[in-house]
Amino acid sequence: MNFSFLYLMGVAGVGIFIFIALSVLILVWLERKVAGHIQSRMGPMRVGWHGLVQTLADMVKLISKESILPAKADKWLFFLAPFVVFIPAYLSYMVIPFAPKLIIRDFNIGLLYFLAIPSISVVGIIMAGWGSNNKYALLGGLRSAAQIISYEIPRALSVVGVVMLAGSMSTVTIVKSQSSIWFILLQPLGFLIYFISTLAEVNRIPFDLPEAESELVAGFHTEYSGIKWSIFMMSEYANVFAGCALCVVLFLGGWHGFLIPKGEPWSSVVSLIWFMVKTLILIFLMMWLRWTLPRFRVDQLMDLSWKVFLPLALINIGLTGLFILGALKLFS
Amino acid sequence: MEFYLLDVLLVLIFSGIGIILIALIFGLSKLISTAKPSEVKESTYECGNVPIGESWIQFRVRYYIFALLFVILDIEMIFLFPWAIVFQRMGLFALIEMAIFVGLLVVGLVYAWRKGALKWV
Repeated sequence: MNFSFLYLMGVAGVGIFIFIALSVLILVWLERKVAGHIQSRMGPMRVGWHGLVQTLADMVKLISKESILPAKADKWLFFLAPFVVFIPAYLSYMVIPFAPKLIIRDFNIGLLYFLAIPSISVVGIIMAGWGSNNKYALLGGLRSAAQIISYEIPRALSVVGVVMLAGSMSTVTIVKSQSSIWFILLQPLGFLIYFISTLAEVNRIPFDLPEAESELVAGFHTEYSGIKWSIFMMSEYANVFAGCALCVVLFLGGWHGFLIPKGEPWSSVVSLIWFMVKTLILIFLMMWLRWTLPRFRVDQLMDLSWKVFLPLALINIGLTGLFILGALKLFS
Repeated sequence: MEFYLLDVLLVLIFSGIGIILIALIFGLSKLISTAKPSEVKESTYECGNVPIGESWIQFRVRYYIFALLFVILDIEMIFLFPWAIVFQRMGLFALIEMAIFVGLLVVGLVYAWRKGALKWV
């Protein structure tokens, strides 16, 4: 370890931040366009080509807006909550392998890290809900906590099958072991559970109970405005991207694809494009679901996690074990 | 050993970078935004009505039961991951052993289920 290494890591840290900011700008624009076209309207059209710089203009507006601190709120909890929500989302980008060698750090427990770190943001959500001293915010925060811990378990259990197949928790090794066959073909049930639990983890419709507009105004960020609110928005979209990217890493072959030239300097660029396209398809699927489905009730949401997904995920692990044993017998 | 320490150090460095960048954005916003606080603006939002009562209240025990179940299953998960990594080397023995371990926890889950702990009312 020397100084130049730390310098490089510092640059990488700022780079990820800029990447998150840019991807959020694009994803918000995409969300509004998708929403518009699903509802037979155009979405943003005025600012830039097909409204492409609309979100940039919104960001300038949000930075220059007044950030209100409610008189009754707990000042410190209220101020620190955006940090605690955003930092875990930001840290989870460290282990995403965008292309061969394009990863910040290949932890040997990368997958466990990815499952553990984003869950810390639930602390921030409770801080925001409690600190606001607002009834809607408190209800939203508590609901969010219950939801995230409930879906944490099926989500983590659904990836155990992948770890068994790959024999490693390093995200790079998992992608490499999918060079011949994508794990979605061996783990269709695991993929389904993982994807739906991710929807719940990032609080998107049909699981957006923590911020259900019709009953809780805006849930845990009801009292937030201006730049603090936009940090919450940013971490939500950062989580969406990271969740979909990990889904691609685990089940859809990561950077693998067709037509990737071997040993050429631009081959990793092609791999990167493959990775991004797969991630964007999953994100589009999430947006499509959001504008198609109605919202769950709280009891339905908890039942789905504890009574359907949890047993299914355990069965999936058992089946994967039998499958691997059978395959080992067959090929030995 | 130092390899793992480096990993931890990197996570700390990245958290630091994240905190500094967010703080910078907050600072920028503070510089260019207007601030005209007033009593009405700072009051708690309750759909335009005057807020009634306190919101810092006791909340229901239901959350506590789910949190307990979560902790038990989360620890089960911690044991499952190392098992999954060495599974291909251990073979049938590992599968049977883990089936017994998970089976015991599933009995507990079924008990909680039958007792109505998983019911959300």
